[in-house]
Amino acid sequence: MKQLLSGNEAIALGAYHAGMAVATAYPGTPSTEILENIARMDGVYAEWSINEKVALEVGLGSAYSGARTLVSMKHVGLNVAADPFFAASTTGIIGGMVIISCDDPGEHSSQGEQDNRYFARFAKVPMIEPTDSQEAYDLMGLAFEISEQFDTPVLFRSTTRISHCKAVVDVTKERKADLNKAGFKRWPEKFVMVPSNARVRRVAMEERIARLQEYVEDFPLNEMILADRKIGVISNGVAYQYAREVFKDASHLKLTTIYPLPVELIRRFAGEVERLIVIEELDPYIEDEVRKLGIAVEGKSFIPIIGELTPEIVENAAAAAGIIDASAATRIDAEAPPLPARRPQLCAGCPHVATEYTLRKIGIRTSNPDEEIHKGELIVTSDIGCYTLGVYPPLAALDTCACMGASIGQALGLEKAGVSNKIVAVIGDSTFMHSGITGLIDVVYNQGTITVIILDNHTTAMTGHQGHPGTGISARGEMAQSVDIEALVKGIGIADVNAVDAFDMKAIESAIKRCIANEEPSVIIVRGQCPLATKKKGTPFEVDADTCSGCLICLDIGCPAITIVDGFADIDADACTGCGVCAQVCPQDSISEMTR
Amino acid sequence: MKDVNVLMVGVGGHGVILASDGMAEIGMVNGYDVKKTDSLGMAQRGGSVVSHVRWGRKVFSPLIEKGEVDFLLGFEQLEAARWASYLKPNGVAIIADLTVIPISAVVGDVPYPGWDAVKDILSRYTGETYLVPATEIAQEVGNPRAVNMAMLGFLSAFLELPAEGWTDTMRRRLPPKFMETSVAAFLKAAEAARSVMQTKENKL
Repeated sequence: MKQLLSGNEAIALGAYHAGMAVATAYPGTPSTEILENIARMDGVYAEWSINEKVALEVGLGSAYSGARTLVSMKHVGLNVAADPFFAASTTGIIGGMVIISCDDPGEHSSQGEQDNRYFARFAKVPMIEPTDSQEAYDLMGLAFEISEQFDTPVLFRSTTRISHCKAVVDVTKERKADLNKAGFKRWPEKFVMVPSNARVRRVAMEERIARLQEYVEDFPLNEMILADRKIGVISNGVAYQYAREVFKDASHLKLTTIYPLPVELIRRFAGEVERLIVIEELDPYIEDEVRKLGIAVEGKSFIPIIGELTPEIVENAAAAAGIIDASAATRIDAEAPPLPARRPQLCAGCPHVATEYTLRKIGIRTSNPDEEIHKGELIVTSDIGCYTLGVYPPLAALDTCACMGASIGQALGLEKAGVSNKIVAVIGDSTFMHSGITGLIDVVYNQGTITVIILDNHTTAMTGHQGHPGTGISARGEMAQSVDIEALVKGIGIADVNAVDAFDMKAIESAIKRCIANEEPSVIIVRGQCPLATKKKGTPFEVDADTCSGCLICLDIGCPAITIVDGFADIDADACTGCGVCAQVCPQDSISEMTR
Repeated sequence: MKDVNVLMVGVGGHGVILASDGMAEIGMVNGYDVKKTDSLGMAQRGGSVVSHVRWGRKVFSPLIEKGEVDFLLGFEQLEAARWASYLKPNGVAIIADLTVIPISAVVGDVPYPGWDAVKDILSRYTGETYLVPATEIAQEVGNPRAVNMAMLGFLSAFLELPAEGWTDTMRRRLPPKFMETSVAAFLKAAEAARSVMQTKENKL
């Protein structure tokens, strides 16, 4: 039956049909929809784990039992999960284990770009990668088979453009009827990695790679298409699709086994063509391996190493390098007048706005980073989530954002290095659960005095409103035990714990001022629900045209519902959620709830 | 079976993704190979939405190559201007009567371009631009959210697939509450397109 499936939907369905019994994940673009789809399937245990490391550890336990297990995450999630990932490579598995890494070339929604193909070679774990949804579906069954046949986790790579592309899939299978039975058999030589056992497993890992090297040479989904022999193109992932469009008449070698690469197949293909090129996104992973075989090859000498590829990037690069006719190159834009940018911004009614506005106000901040740091100015370390958008003007409230959970450690580091400023760390509730807790324990243990603001919007908003341990809602939408953040931080040893309403600016300001003056570590939990999640709308606010002075201070909160009409503020009643934050900043008291 | 490349652009909340999902499904049901992909740029948070929909005998790249767009569906006028350069020389621009002014145009140096400026930018890439009264049509059928269906309806008049090819799938996919008004918006816009194509009076 033909179905239109995104790469992520195809991955989920392929795993379901392959007999997956357990699935774990932490949400992260572009991987999130994999577990969201699995959570709706019968007969599979699916969980949002607290973070990727735990997701992989839960997956490993499950795979030890014999159950077929899937773990999914975004590219940077695998950094978090690297420790158990390497451990899984060492012990191997019993039931098939497939780990999905969704890379994000171009950083559509990520703090960094990285090519996770190297993780496979690094950990000595086989990697496969589809070029479209059909292959995502078909490869999943093979991935579980490889895992069990070679006693190894399998790394399954996707990228944004595969995960978030819908394509026609011929769904040929049904769910495997004979699921592996879960049961644990003691086997310390395999499961207990004391050095004496680990050394034995280390040898098994190398033998495994040697056997895999033979296996991939005949892999059914690597494909050699011989046409015009003047140019031969090796490609993988979505780059294969661009290569087929740009080099229409050339010969092609499509690779889906990324580690190990089928070296004999590559040699054969190279022997068939006059000029060999590699079209791949991000790093010259395949190109370097081909060159190591002593084969002349070109790739990153003309294809960009940075960012996501597009058909026109490949075409223009190939034309500039003289590989295709220059007349085929995409035309250069006619000179157009500049257009205003449309940057992502915090939504109307967002519970983060009042806090970020207040931090900027207390911090005597300017949006000019070249100005000398004023003594006494607040430093605001930040984290990964919607609130990171507060770095943009007009809020311009944040000073750092590195990776999940980093805000708290960074704040402590600044303090311990001896900066004289007051320091506040800002972190969302889901990110705090993910990896903020350990940072806060470090603050307590090492007697830091920073203030941590936990922006509790009761969801994982940025990735589309998934549950987390603070919400009390499971991945399947069922009630779960919820973690009480106040009790948690008190239990860690924070004495100064405050909870304030996210839309009460006076309360937020007084809590922050008191806490940063306090010579002990403190936590402020700012509570307010995400309006996109609750879909609730209060009475909209309006501007009194008679008293509005046109000072436009209300624009400083960056609310998309507020605009300027004839020099005065104006509120779009359809967009306004009635949060009332603008009314609290208006010096003229000109903004109030609509009366009619 | 002619290949069709449609680029749909707009901002979050106008149903661009629903429209492109629908169009992809309709293509598949009617025997085309189909690919569709979105660049969201955190759209729910005020960014722009771009959807590529491709119908063909065999579709490789999910992204339409710049300069290869047959139909630019602009659900918002500034976004239409921003993506105009993706049009083929003889491509068609179909633009809704909708504007959403970004904060950067309110407080920044570059103002929001008016319709004349948008039209001027489009005219650098195509001689065929249509302004669709999509919000009007949506109001008339009593479903303000049917703007996206009106846009698909207008587009349908340019393609070889007959109206039932579209509406049969829409009837199967849409929730009953919105189905009749959505189909009505689609058919009304298709009719409007056919009449302006004949008279060429609305061609800008």
